[in-house]
Amino acid sequence: MSGNIQLDAQGRLRHFLTIEGLNRRILTEILDTAESFTGVTAQQVKKVPLLRGKTIVNLFFEPSTRTRTTFELAAKRLSADVLNININASSTTKGETLLDTLRNLEAMHVDMFVVRHAESGAAHFIARHVAPHVSVLNAGDGRHAHPTQAMLDMFTIRRVKGPDFGRLRVAIVGDILHSRVARSQIHALNLLGAGEVRVIAPKTLIPVDIEKLGVHVFHRLEEGIQDVDVIIMLRLQRERMQGALLPSEHEYFRLFGVTEEKLARARPDVTIMHPGPINRGVEMESRVADGPRSVILQQVGHGIAVRMAVMSLAMRAGGVPDEEREAS
Amino acid sequence: MSQRIRIRGGRVIDPAADIDRETDVWIGGGRLLAVGDAPPEGFEADFEIDARGHLVWPGIVDLAARLREPGAEHKATIASETRAAVAGGITTLCCPPDTTPPIDTPAVVELIRKRAQTAGFARVETLGALTRGLGGETLTEMAALKEEGCVGVSNARYPLASSLVLRRALEYAATYDLTVFLHPEDHALAAGGCAHEGEVATRLGLPGIPAAAETAAVAHALALIEHTGARAHFCRLTHARSIRMIARARYDGVPVTADVAIPYCFLTEHDISEFDARCHVRPPLRTAADRDALRSALASGAVDALCSDHQPHEPDAKCNPFPMTEPGISGLDTLLSLGLRLVDEGVLDLPTLVARLATGPGDILGLAQQGAGRLLPGRRADLIVIDPDAVWRVSPETLLSAGHNTPFMGWELRGRVTHTLVGGRVVFERRPEPN
Repeated sequence: MSGNIQLDAQGRLRHFLTIEGLNRRILTEILDTAESFTGVTAQQVKKVPLLRGKTIVNLFFEPSTRTRTTFELAAKRLSADVLNININASSTTKGETLLDTLRNLEAMHVDMFVVRHAESGAAHFIARHVAPHVSVLNAGDGRHAHPTQAMLDMFTIRRVKGPDFGRLRVAIVGDILHSRVARSQIHALNLLGAGEVRVIAPKTLIPVDIEKLGVHVFHRLEEGIQDVDVIIMLRLQRERMQGALLPSEHEYFRLFGVTEEKLARARPDVTIMHPGPINRGVEMESRVADGPRSVILQQVGHGIAVRMAVMSLAMRAGGVPDEEREAS
Repeated sequence: MSQRIRIRGGRVIDPAADIDRETDVWIGGGRLLAVGDAPPEGFEADFEIDARGHLVWPGIVDLAARLREPGAEHKATIASETRAAVAGGITTLCCPPDTTPPIDTPAVVELIRKRAQTAGFARVETLGALTRGLGGETLTEMAALKEEGCVGVSNARYPLASSLVLRRALEYAATYDLTVFLHPEDHALAAGGCAHEGEVATRLGLPGIPAAAETAAVAHALALIEHTGARAHFCRLTHARSIRMIARARYDGVPVTADVAIPYCFLTEHDISEFDARCHVRPPLRTAADRDALRSALASGAVDALCSDHQPHEPDAKCNPFPMTEPGISGLDTLLSLGLRLVDEGVLDLPTLVARLATGPGDILGLAQQGAGRLLPGRRADLIVIDPDAVWRVSPETLLSAGHNTPFMGWELRGRVTHTLVGGRVVFERRPEPN
């Protein structure tokens, strides 16, 4: 049902909009391809010519520096031409519709759009309306999906813990309700066969029926991180910390902030992850963020390799023959 | 001018008069003269409609159809939509007050009436605004709106400022014997939402509207309706628990009625699937259990009316990421055939369907005496002839509404109107398609 729009007739990746509806083979292919690209970054000349002559447009309707930068670097290391277009919400309200914007850019013979948008479903919408040869990569749509972030997290977990997800118990802590990252991580972990996926938050931050995505819900951090192998923290938006969702940063940290002391309940070799940027003293204490079990900085580095992998795979499905790929 | 017409040999169904048999209907002077095998004395037909093998019903009374005029003529017009209405078997439709400007002055009522008369298809009734500009604070001149012809008052989907405003509005409307049409939605609970708060919204990351947004508003309104003794109608119920609460209140003697819109009898949150904006409606499509509860309520009479909740849009309105699209489904063309599908699926029998599509809504609008939704001798001859076996596919070519925004696009439906009479005049006739 879902996800078919993402695949071409041969079942290969054409768009990358959401993890949902993909399969383990594709996710593993992304991870393996990313692995092959990690060498590129270490080279003197940090480039491969895979996407030479291709034009990639970073179409950002929501401000972002970190994600956009890693997509840009990934595209440049694949030798593509990159155009960054930041459209703030106000200019779309001036009359030009999203589709108008898209058509105008398409006329410039774009091969791939990397899209970030504040509304859930925006990447699907764009994928449905682009020309047949154009690929769309979702760089975050509303609360729906952020699949490349989830894949770089999977990449990180695989590097640290090995390829057998089946023996892993993973806990995601924080604002699940508003998080596109959490939704994509849940799908990815389940597709890769994780032993157990847990989400931990107060009831105000857990969306209804989240269990149906294949997670166990915990409302107490101490119980939720019991014996887990991986803890993924989510960023808590500051504007959500006051008002009806949460009473205060202080209470959140006291109950859901990860500290060295609380970590004693997790497995001794527990890995700590966070998509960044961290609110130190809210989501976790600095001792945890900077401690030996934290892989937060590695995550950032993996972002480029994973995005290179997704870009090159989606472009292949778009028509670059395998021989050419292997020759380059 | 008006002709004498014999509608011959159809299966005539009027639950209000307990008629369900093959017989003739006799029309003259714009009025229904008689239902029966023998013509009224001295009757000589100018022409005859052969209805053998067909159904003959009172015309459908649709409690909610946005005509988009005045204010949004790029979506549809009174002429385009009333024409689609009669082709769909709807002879009377009720226009909610959320036009631009809203129906909060007699001038707007008059404008809509005149445009409808000029178009000459379906009858158009209006609901006046409950508050000025639908702003939720100051009551409208309801007595004047009623004198101009409004059949009820409503604040459409706009919030009222407080419980006090609702209380006063109920009291004031009751003073002039006006029914208050309520769209039960707690606006704070629904704020920002665009899909039912449930499995699908969680999966797609769509901001949710909880079922409690409806039940909390129903409970709140019922308390004030009971307190004021005003007559009220609940529009577009979607949730099983709201229906139970209203059934309970009715059992206790509270004067309330209720309707459901037909898309909610077929579609659920799962039809949104991959962000299908055609399924973006307000209130949102809910669960399969809710859909089944609505169907049962139609069968049992716990809800009185089934309406189209027609909201035609231009294509651009649905051409955006899901949350940014405008809610609503174009429904005049499909109301009757989808209703018949409920009969095919064993949800209702035909007389009950006529009761929900015609009799019930006619009563809710207070038009029973005039014969709306009934075959009442001496009253308006608004009736339809239906070929129950005609199969058609919903497509841009078969839709007459200016709005093609329907998730039923592509569905194959059974049952089509062959003749529609309004005031004894044939306003629509479908020629048999060449074989």
